[in-house]
Amino acid sequence: MSMVQDATPSSVDPEANAADAATRPGRSAFRRIMTVTIGPIVAAFILSAVILLLVGVNPLTYYGYILERSLFSGLGLEQTATRMAPLLFLVASLIVAFRAGIWNLGTDGQFLLGAVCSAATAPLLVGVVPGWAVLLIGFAVAAAVGAVWSIIPALLKAYQGVNEIITTLMMSFLGVLMASTLVKLVFLDPSTTVPQTRTLPVADRLPRLFDTSISSGLIWGLIAVMAVHLMMTRTAFGLRLRMVGANPTAATHAGLSVPLLTMATFTISAGFAGLSGASEILGVAGNVRADWNPAYGLMVIPLVFLARFHGVGAIVLVFFYSALMIGSESAARRLGVPQDFTLVLVASLLICLGLGEYIDHRKSRKER
Amino acid sequence: MSGLLTEAFLSSLLTGAIVAAIPMLLAGLGEQMSEKAGVLNIGIEGMMLMGAYLGFFVAYETSSLWMGFLGGMLGGALVAVVMAVLCVWLGLNQIVIGIGLTLGAEGLTALLHHFQFSRTYPRLPAPERLDIPGLTDLPVIGPSLFGRHLIVYLAVLAVIVLAALYRRTNLGMTLRAAGERPAALDVAGGNVLGIRVVAVLFTGAMAGLGGAYLANIGAGLFIPFMTGGAGFIGIVLAMLARGRPLWVLIGALIFGAALSLTTALQVAGSNIPTDVIQMLPFAAVMLVLVLFGRRAKLPSALAASYERGAR
Repeated sequence: MSMVQDATPSSVDPEANAADAATRPGRSAFRRIMTVTIGPIVAAFILSAVILLLVGVNPLTYYGYILERSLFSGLGLEQTATRMAPLLFLVASLIVAFRAGIWNLGTDGQFLLGAVCSAATAPLLVGVVPGWAVLLIGFAVAAAVGAVWSIIPALLKAYQGVNEIITTLMMSFLGVLMASTLVKLVFLDPSTTVPQTRTLPVADRLPRLFDTSISSGLIWGLIAVMAVHLMMTRTAFGLRLRMVGANPTAATHAGLSVPLLTMATFTISAGFAGLSGASEILGVAGNVRADWNPAYGLMVIPLVFLARFHGVGAIVLVFFYSALMIGSESAARRLGVPQDFTLVLVASLLICLGLGEYIDHRKSRKER
Repeated sequence: MSGLLTEAFLSSLLTGAIVAAIPMLLAGLGEQMSEKAGVLNIGIEGMMLMGAYLGFFVAYETSSLWMGFLGGMLGGALVAVVMAVLCVWLGLNQIVIGIGLTLGAEGLTALLHHFQFSRTYPRLPAPERLDIPGLTDLPVIGPSLFGRHLIVYLAVLAVIVLAALYRRTNLGMTLRAAGERPAALDVAGGNVLGIRVVAVLFTGAMAGLGGAYLANIGAGLFIPFMTGGAGFIGIVLAMLARGRPLWVLIGALIFGAALSLTTALQVAGSNIPTDVIQMLPFAAVMLVLVLFGRRAKLPSALAASYERGAR
């Protein structure tokens, strides 16, 4: 069971879980889903509602505004779909890392540096190379920069055994500050007074889908998550990574090069985090302003856990999560609740999710 | 450069180092006890922030710094109660819950601050100082080392008390057993979960106190997200100290000095952007980890929850 008992993230095995549920007599799969998915989500919203009540805000109005804005208005729905793109790339990043037993908690730094470097390169290439090449190079630069930012934690983990939780967190703090420094000192747009990078013209950004304002980054994000999911579950390489995650000692005895596979995990995971940054810049924002930091990284972690590292599950959750973000931005303005409330909601979600796993774990043990 | 090495500059450098070091020291000492007992407390950043918020709020309402420190310890311990229940008693994943608690405390304190003070940031009056007669009048080191608030000396005293506790008492032994071989402790009649709960609550109180120091004495006000990774640096200090409180103190002073040097340089007139200055403590941590990371010694049962009779 994922949240219960184990220190490595990879100890969740969705296939085993599914098999468990199928062969276990007595309790239906429906009740199990209630305990580990829907129950915790409802509980988290109730818990957060209590906090809203305490600060004197009607939770029903607040949640109502979220729904109204993010799902029941055309523009809101398009914004929700657009916001999914960077989150999906981050999900891809975390699925690789967590399934391989690596706690990459540094996605925020990798994301921002990827974003800044693609924002620094892409506008300069407009007119020099064809439009598709501008975007391709922008994405490639971001992936490379993200991966480079994970090299120190990767080497320390692979060859020195230094706990990656701390090193990736530290590199994340460094990366966020480094990104801001780069914008202010190096990649400054000379034609504006505000510290920001050059802007990629709207016409050169990722094309929009059909007649909507939805960025096609959404499609690439979906492809990334599915590709990662298939790589981890259906290929020999993915199996090797999962072996390293499940039991590094056993993997060594099986003849796998654990250090090299660890390096590969970091590179892929951090690369996707970089791509996430690029998708936001090349698809939506067009430039990076100094001190911009959406801090999606840590917030995506609960989703990936909730989906049990499963690509399809994560995509569904990203949709709801994205709706929550867009909706709460509007609800915050209308009710005067700061955006930070989303953090409370995410934290309650993590805690309720953990409790759900615990209850499920206890029940399934009783039945054995 | 000659202008830099004045008495005032050195004095402010030393003062800055101590003010910056104390929160990291308290957090590091707290984390050390959790880690000894086998709990990796990633939620410490959240405990610190809650301590900073509640510590400031109480000090602001009661106009008493000591009540503020008490409030800070209470705030940190409140977050720690959640951690103890979920991660020690129920055995949930310490890292996931730790991240959750940090995010939750960030959101909650920002929310509460917003509804109490809106966009204003009221300040506390400057703290009273404990002047040690004679010593405080020394040049350079006098005012910075011996003119501090009493809490600074208590924090240093805590280093000595904890070192004695770990080395000389049964409790210290029990803590270590809970982190190294929980099953053995259980067989010997010790209470693994009990000692871990105590350790986590102690961590919360220490981190909360560190946060309250940061808000009430370091800054004199509360700003949302003000801990900015100090708790995480506390974790690194505990990792590198290999179980010895004195090393946490040494580490905290080194990081404090790194932090204060850059601030002092900026005050002295060099125009390094603040982002670069804020990078220094984290860069220092990475440098130390690259150089000495291999030597970091962590208890073998760290981050693994204990369940009696589990395979």
